[in-house]
Amino acid sequence: MATAEVSNLKTLQVKRFKPSEDPKNTYLTEEKGVWAWMTTQDHKKIGIMYLCAVTFFFFVGGILAILLRTELLTPAKTFIEADTYNQFFTLHGAIMVFFVLIPSIPAALGNFILPMQLGAKDVAFPRLNLASFYIYVIGAIFTFFAIANNGLDTGWTFYTPYSTQTGTSVIWVTMGMFILGFSSILTGTNFIATIHKMRAPGMTWGKLPLNIWALYATSIIQVLATPVLAITMLLLTMERFLGIGIFDPSLGGDPLLFQHFFWFYSHPAVYIMIVPGFGIISEVITTFSKKHIFGYWAIAISSLAIAFIGFLVWGHHMFVSGQSPIASSVFSFLTFMVGIPTGIKILNWVATLYKGSIDMKTPLVYVFIFLFLFSIGGFTGIMLGALAADVHLHDTYYIVAHFHYVMMGGTLIALLAGLHYWWPKITGKMYNELQGKIAAGLIFVGFNLTFLPQFIMGSQGMPRRYYNYIDQFTVFHQTSTAGAYMLLVGFLLIAYYLVKSLISGEKAGSNPWGSIGLEWQATSPPHFHNFDHIPVIINGPYDYHKPMEEFQLGLAESHNGHGAHGESHEVVSPEGVTTEA
Amino acid sequence: MANHSTAETTHVKHHFVDSDQQFDTAKLGMWVFIVNEILFFGGLFCAYIVFRAWYPELFQQGALELNKVWGGLNTIVLIGSSITVAMGIRSIQLNQVKGLKINLLITIALACIFLLIKAFEYHHKFELGLYPGAYYNPTPEIAGQLTHPMASVFFSIYFMLTGVHAVHVIIGIGLMIWLYIRTSKNEFSDKYFTPVEIVGLYWHLVDIIWIFLFPLLYLIE
Repeated sequence: MATAEVSNLKTLQVKRFKPSEDPKNTYLTEEKGVWAWMTTQDHKKIGIMYLCAVTFFFFVGGILAILLRTELLTPAKTFIEADTYNQFFTLHGAIMVFFVLIPSIPAALGNFILPMQLGAKDVAFPRLNLASFYIYVIGAIFTFFAIANNGLDTGWTFYTPYSTQTGTSVIWVTMGMFILGFSSILTGTNFIATIHKMRAPGMTWGKLPLNIWALYATSIIQVLATPVLAITMLLLTMERFLGIGIFDPSLGGDPLLFQHFFWFYSHPAVYIMIVPGFGIISEVITTFSKKHIFGYWAIAISSLAIAFIGFLVWGHHMFVSGQSPIASSVFSFLTFMVGIPTGIKILNWVATLYKGSIDMKTPLVYVFIFLFLFSIGGFTGIMLGALAADVHLHDTYYIVAHFHYVMMGGTLIALLAGLHYWWPKITGKMYNELQGKIAAGLIFVGFNLTFLPQFIMGSQGMPRRYYNYIDQFTVFHQTSTAGAYMLLVGFLLIAYYLVKSLISGEKAGSNPWGSIGLEWQATSPPHFHNFDHIPVIINGPYDYHKPMEEFQLGLAESHNGHGAHGESHEVVSPEGVTTEA
Repeated sequence: MANHSTAETTHVKHHFVDSDQQFDTAKLGMWVFIVNEILFFGGLFCAYIVFRAWYPELFQQGALELNKVWGGLNTIVLIGSSITVAMGIRSIQLNQVKGLKINLLITIALACIFLLIKAFEYHHKFELGLYPGAYYNPTPEIAGQLTHPMASVFFSIYFMLTGVHAVHVIIGIGLMIWLYIRTSKNEFSDKYFTPVEIVGLYWHLVDIIWIFLFPLLYLIE
């Protein structure tokens, strides 16, 4: 028994809880069976259900991408009709944005990891958490109904007036998006309440892992931006249903208003996708360089800064739409501003690696891929934010390449880093390290092969979303298609070794990476209530210079943290902590 | 804030430390949800602002077709229901279960009166052919008064704003009935009344949105 200072007001009795390497009771051994899974309120199981759904949609969206790239092998028709092509790229975009990227990190990995990193037993509102998953499923059903019925060919942006006139099933998809939005809102609300109110004793705001700061910033964007998408989708639905005329010029409305509304959500949505990725990068980079993060507050606050500035830049999607030149100049300036907090992050991550003991495991390989690809995505974003350049590059493959570098090279690579990093924690099994690195290499090369040529042909004038192209672009398109196949092989390899690890993987042990993160102080897979004690935090989340036992403290008595109110004010230094596990 | 957890803790869910934490968390979550509701309506208010800036005279003409008396009466009804909700919360804080039940019933009744008046107003509009958007087909007499070419858009905005608000009122009535049933089962006391507090917050939001809608739509000169 020993005491440790937790705050100025109270002293808690703590002792060391060493996680068992061979846990008998885990979340997987409780609430078994299909029905128990489907009705579970456990954040870990809901996270896994999200992960499965996201993987399924990634597979669907990925197959569509492969079909698109195959069609573009030749300048004229290769094997599908132009109308089908339009539907494929629309669905590829809509599925990847709304069903994969937006829920991927917060709702899947975040759901699993966030309460564990806070030392909480669950998120604040477990029932809402489950509801958010089913709302997501209902949104998906609406979308699939649309695909079965006439499809959708508006592009994922649903621009009016085309979206009010096309014969395809716009209403089903917009209602699907409306419903889907609530799933995102519920996740965001849940996370904000959890981070504010459910932190373990001793976990002050300054001791929050950076992943939590990133998820916090993301949740704020989700809560503030998503309702605007919801009302936009409702208005668009009513436009088609009742002809209310708000976006329809023939009835006195204005299509530009739709673009403003749409991008007021969809630009911050880009940060809903990428900011949680930043959180993963911070976690992985410190674990594998065994070093305190460089510039903790700079990274934490820059996430919030990106969230804030991200709300003020939506007009850069509309430089050629006829908005006023003054507005365009302001939006252009603000767009450059986003580069500052983003640059701060990149600098801090690289500085964290400096003089660290770098352990080049698969998650860290993905972090390096992220740093490389995301930097290219970010810099080309700055170029696109420049007014004159954008007029030339608008709606070309340059844009396509840019946002794939950010969304896929950023978010998806960060997701893969996080998935490989937390896989042993989630499943209790290890994957094959060598195959992991080979797949990472395939994805890195395949990705650049796919999208670098698109920068070149975009700058030479190849417009996006076109079914045909002139002969001079053939070599770029074919290289790009070859890269897409390579990506497919990479992803299939990942699927193969992850499934194999589930079946016959080595046992992971509670902390295979030697991280001091709180989630690694639980068993692998975790206990049903995450920890079988109440964790107490006395150090910062990246204090690798301190001994491991200081990160494994928990309340000594079974009583809760509020039981020890102001009983004494003594301060015992951490050296006084005894270790009776 | 009178939730003390020493005696009864059956309502505290497993992942909370105590009743206070559960209450504070629920309340924070509701405030976040309210922010999100405000932005949801914010989109509609934004459309309103844009169109009013473009066609100020349209809104002056359109407002003449809206009945200030009924609108004003509805405002009073809704503010009254907010008072009864607040009184209900006060009752349960003082552990007066009967007081809560009575106040909930009055609130439900007032909300229904609000919807009834709204339905009369809608019906009157429809009789005059004042449908939203493409279905706008006014009687000749109205067409003589409402000469603005964009008149249909005014009614689109009117029906969207009041319609989405009415949906919120209906959801509120549902929540209030749910609270009444739970109160009847004696689930609430001065130790635990989180759902009453949360629904109360929601109801005040519904009220305050109407307080903005009423002058913006009805009281334009």
